[in-house]
Amino acid sequence: MATEVHMHGRIGEPIKRKEDARFIRGKGNYLDDIELPGMLHMAILRSPHAHARIKSVDTAEASKMPGVIAVVTGELMAQHKLAWMPTLSYDTQAVLATDKVRFQGQEVAAVIAETLYQAEDARDAVVVDYDVLPAVIDPEGAKAAGAPVIRDDKEDQKDNHIYHWESGDQATTQAAFAKADKVIRLHTFYPRCHPAPMETCGIVADVNGATGRATIYMTSQAPHLHRTVFALVAGLPEENIRIVSPDIGGGFGNKVPVYPGYVVATAASLLIGRPVKWVEDRTENLISTGFARDFHMTGDLAVDKDGKMLALRVHLDSDNGAFFSDAQPTKVKAGLFHIVTGSYDIPTAHVTADGYYTNKAPGGVAYRCSFRVTEASYMIERLVTNAAIELGMDQAEFRKKNFIRKDQFPYESPTGWVYDSGDYHKAMDVALEQLGYNELRKDVEARRAKGEVTGIGIASFTEVVGAGHGKDFDLLGVRMFDSAELRVHPTGKALLRMGTKSQGQGHETTFAQIVTEELGIPAADVLVEEGDTDTAPYGLGTYASRSTPVAGAATAMVSRKLRDKARKIAGHLLEADEEDLVWDNGRFYVKGSPDKAKTIQEIAFAAYSNLPDGMEAGLEGVHYYDPPNMTYPFGTYAVVVDVDKGTGQVKVRRMVAVDDCGVRINPMIVEGQIHGGLAEGFGIAFMQLITFDSEGNCIGSNFLDYLLPTAVETPSFELGETVTPSPHHPLGAKGVGESPTVGSPAAYVNAVIDALSPYGVTNIDMPVTSDKVWAALRAAGVNE
Amino acid sequence: MKVSMTVNGSERSGDVEPRVLLVDFLRTNLRLTGTHIGCDTSSCGACTVLIDGEPVKSCTQLAVQADGRAITTVEGLATAAGLSPMQIGFHEEHGLQCGFCTPGMMLVGTALLEHNPNPTEEEIRWAISGNICRCTGYMNIVKAIKHAAALRESSEVVPRETAAAATGGE
Amino acid sequence: MYPTAFDYRAPASLDETLSVLKERGDEAKVMAGGQSLIPLLKLRFARPELVVDIGRLPHLNAIGRDDGHLVIGALARHVDIENSPEVAASALMLAEAAHWIADPLVRNRGTLVGSVCHADPAGDWGSVILAMHADLVARSASGERVIHAADFFKGPFETALKPDEVVTGVRIPVGKGRGGGAYLKLERKVGDFATVAVAVHLHLDGNKVEAAGIGLTAVGPNNIKATEAEHFLRGKEPTDEVIAEAARIASDAAEPKDDIRGSAAYKKDVVRVFVQRGLKAAVARAKEGRS
Ligand SMILES: Cc1cc2nc3c(=O)[nH]c(=O)nc-3n(C[C@H](O)[C@H](O)[C@H](O)COP(=O)(O)OP(=O)(O)OC[C@H]3O[C@@H](n4cnc5c(N)ncnc54)[C@H](O)[C@@H]3O)c2cc1C
Ligand code: FES
Ligand code: FES
Repeated sequence: MATEVHMHGRIGEPIKRKEDARFIRGKGNYLDDIELPGMLHMAILRSPHAHARIKSVDTAEASKMPGVIAVVTGELMAQHKLAWMPTLSYDTQAVLATDKVRFQGQEVAAVIAETLYQAEDARDAVVVDYDVLPAVIDPEGAKAAGAPVIRDDKEDQKDNHIYHWESGDQATTQAAFAKADKVIRLHTFYPRCHPAPMETCGIVADVNGATGRATIYMTSQAPHLHRTVFALVAGLPEENIRIVSPDIGGGFGNKVPVYPGYVVATAASLLIGRPVKWVEDRTENLISTGFARDFHMTGDLAVDKDGKMLALRVHLDSDNGAFFSDAQPTKVKAGLFHIVTGSYDIPTAHVTADGYYTNKAPGGVAYRCSFRVTEASYMIERLVTNAAIELGMDQAEFRKKNFIRKDQFPYESPTGWVYDSGDYHKAMDVALEQLGYNELRKDVEARRAKGEVTGIGIASFTEVVGAGHGKDFDLLGVRMFDSAELRVHPTGKALLRMGTKSQGQGHETTFAQIVTEELGIPAADVLVEEGDTDTAPYGLGTYASRSTPVAGAATAMVSRKLRDKARKIAGHLLEADEEDLVWDNGRFYVKGSPDKAKTIQEIAFAAYSNLPDGMEAGLEGVHYYDPPNMTYPFGTYAVVVDVDKGTGQVKVRRMVAVDDCGVRINPMIVEGQIHGGLAEGFGIAFMQLITFDSEGNCIGSNFLDYLLPTAVETPSFELGETVTPSPHHPLGAKGVGESPTVGSPAAYVNAVIDALSPYGVTNIDMPVTSDKVWAALRAAGVNE
Repeated sequence: MKVSMTVNGSERSGDVEPRVLLVDFLRTNLRLTGTHIGCDTSSCGACTVLIDGEPVKSCTQLAVQADGRAITTVEGLATAAGLSPMQIGFHEEHGLQCGFCTPGMMLVGTALLEHNPNPTEEEIRWAISGNICRCTGYMNIVKAIKHAAALRESSEVVPRETAAAATGGE
Repeated sequence: MYPTAFDYRAPASLDETLSVLKERGDEAKVMAGGQSLIPLLKLRFARPELVVDIGRLPHLNAIGRDDGHLVIGALARHVDIENSPEVAASALMLAEAAHWIADPLVRNRGTLVGSVCHADPAGDWGSVILAMHADLVARSASGERVIHAADFFKGPFETALKPDEVVTGVRIPVGKGRGGGAYLKLERKVGDFATVAVAVHLHLDGNKVEAAGIGLTAVGPNNIKATEAEHFLRGKEPTDEVIAEAARIASDAAEPKDDIRGSAAYKKDVVRVFVQRGLKAAVARAKEGRS
């Protein structure tokens, strides 16, 4: 395969990905591929109980087993003040349990041995004596009188309530409800699910006993943030920590938090003086790390008799598990959930939220989601479809009647968000056109007349991504800016480093294209590096669709800085006034004489060889970009389903997705992101469920129970687009990785509800499984 | 126990406990890390290799079972002549994102085209149904395998390198 | 997750296998394709001292016809059955069932006989051999015996086999009269075990059902033979009403439990729906001579 790039790689060109070369040869370097001399392996012993007091941990037998170097217990960690660690939500989390276990799968002890087979053998020999306590498995149980107090380790914690939080205006909302002609209520549960990237989480900790230098390879979506957390948790001097995030096999939010296993492996490496590897197995991944959602929501929508929305009221109970470790900005408690008015011009709204401890794994990660916007979007889009059905209005018409209009942007929402730009009517129209909505509606009626169960669902989501303006958004106090450092070498090739970390999103290509656009260096000549905190500039990482909005902007800005310098050098070389130079992607020429020109490559060489007097050498720079606002991607998704009356099985016949993510840098990559998100949205809507029995046993602890869609179930997607640039992003881009998981679940479920609406069915909670649909059909007297 | 097998065309052997899984033998003993592990329940296909040309989950095979067999891993797909049509197809059609499922997907695709040179979308979807991808939504994987099928077809007339160049593959 | 340590033998002949089992059968596990056994070893649910790999035994992978029977050797894999012209011609239901089992990668290794010996109540082949009135041929150092499918399953993961026995193959009566069958499975995704599945097979004599077989998957402690429904059908013309009644009777034979896949009532009803659909398909196939 030739290495030249045929297309230049400017913005809008679907050039092939640079990173593919190593992956298609099996030469990626993922965490588990790392092998260091003398490396040991760690296996973690986990609690079989959801809630139990630990009476004793006996490691005597295990310590004597072949190959075993150490058995680490909570007691040992406590001696080093490492039995507990802080979370991203200002709570504490047990590293290895000392007093109680608080969820099934909690870390109790760790065995470090020469091989993983030996470590697992010895893990079997660790004996733990438990006193089993009653388990709390949902907010209802957490609130119940006499519920066991899960966090009795915290002095001031007398019950299981974590936080209360509000947004919007209660008084005006109440007043609007009082005047409403109709109020539509939806109580819905967005169940717990898990991002489950194909690669699980892991670490290789290599602490040099002599220098104290810790080199930590880890599956991290946010290496710099993790370095800072490590410094805070372990008390290590930050300059002595180097985090390297190698190739990552998918993240989707799972690889944002710091997990106890990381801390234990690092401590073990420090104590033993050899590198220690720990890679979760799939069960550990599903039962202990990074769950998402688990929101119990009640929404009321007030409308007048013409179908105009008047007010929205939402309450949610959040199930946060045993430790409040949501990965979210400091100043919010239920993430960005208060964007719940979505795409609609609702004059007033009031949102309340309460968080609860339960005997379930902690996490609350933004699974392909910008901090709980997924739950918000689901709530409003489900509620709006229900309202349309109840009002006897067409779902699309009802939406269009209430959309924020194009001329209202920038639009300030009743909960304080300032939407940057949008054209919701247009996205809807494109989607309806692509679907052939009017024809399909008639077809649905005809099929129903024949006794078929079929329906169409729509969702018109508004996303909020690109956290964020640093004055409002920070993690542990660190403002959520991001960074790019660009070095143009004398030969005109470039090295770009960022504080983000790709997990498959194609940063090595997309960000190179931004340099191409801004500086005229072909994408093929720009090497993009991320993930090594020793070399990359400080940044907050990749999640919440923030890379393009923030680091992408930083890349554009640093490129422009260098272009400004290049202009000065070009003026010097061309003996022309700077003002008289015209930039023409990749070269400056003198106004009026296009032949008098210097290419960026020539200028780059001059930056190291022939500079104007007094100018510093080099063509390098760095930019830290703190965005003025979030960006607000949006779109309309439409789904057609057929339901089998005999079994309740749902088949997605069509799925049309119109996305507006502003300017698309690499349309091929953007579409790939959308495909992936739509498939995950499909999984969440129909199959992916982490649930618990009454004793707190996790059901969904492996891929036999936690169901991920295969190519056979996954629908074929029909994509469409509109482009409404972000007015404040230097490139007009908005970010897209999460729109499809945010927007699609409601579209899928709305289609099922539409299909069942002739039978009076108004809700089925996700996952919409065939048994639930069957029960709804039979309850309505529909049979085969 | 001593095991020997042909891996990507060369004789490889090692000394392993009977309980050692084939995937560990490949990854740890032979350092062929392109074969991945994605689950513990034989559910994901990240560990797919070809045994005597057939795709199999190497996490659900003992290394000793593979004694005397011919194994192909992702590292064996490219030849001296260049990338295989399947690899080119995945690159051209954006059939991969994080790349973790990709070796398994490409091996399954390769085996499929051996006995069904021109599969339909439906046939491809069923053929890769033992392999989970979390990134791509499968759309472009299907296209990639079709692309490879078309390349193979044309390469029956044109030598492989020329075919690759003709498609503008980078 | 990794297996505990074990000894490993891969005998070159059936006789050698039988003598190893005679000696160490109690502490040994036979392994065919390993697609059930290896996952169990990895989870450490099974901790045998010895694994006897029969995967290298000669001749056991054959699929052939013998005296009115379809004979499936112990090493014939799911994929072999799925693609066998012999199966397609004489017992289409087997090819249909094979397609629903696990995923294509597992089907490249797992065997019908291994699946039957594993006796997972959610296993698909058990219902097939019950509906087809098949026999299993078991060998030990002391000889050979034939076990009727109906006598083989003793409970979840329990069979009539003795620790020193190996099943060498399954014999399925085919070819007399106009037969037709179908396998219907409700699974949540490819690779999932059945929520409910049913195997139905019948022979027509003129317009009447001469013999019927119905096997139910995942709705009891083992694969269930819906004997009453089979009797009910015998001698009757398979009208819509008769089929609906047979389906109802078959669903009464199911003893499912509530679980994450659905309620007992749901599963019983799907049995009814599937037996009804399956019988209709089987009748149509029998009439068309499509087995
Ligand atoms: C991901 C996955 C999904 C699956 N999905 C399904 C499904 O949907 N439906 C389904 O039916 N099955 C399913 N299976 C199981 C699969 O069908 C297995 O292949 C089958 O159950 C076992 O066949 P095997 O040859 O691999 O047997 P092995 O795993 O080798 O053996 C299984 C058991 O049978 C015994 N045994 C094997 N052969 C003999 C013999 N000849 N004589 C005596 N004892 C013997 C062994 O000792 C062992 O106890 C699935 C498996 C996996 C891994
Ligand atoms: S690692 Fe998942 S199937 Fe092998
Ligand atoms: S490309 Fe990431 S899992 Fe398939």
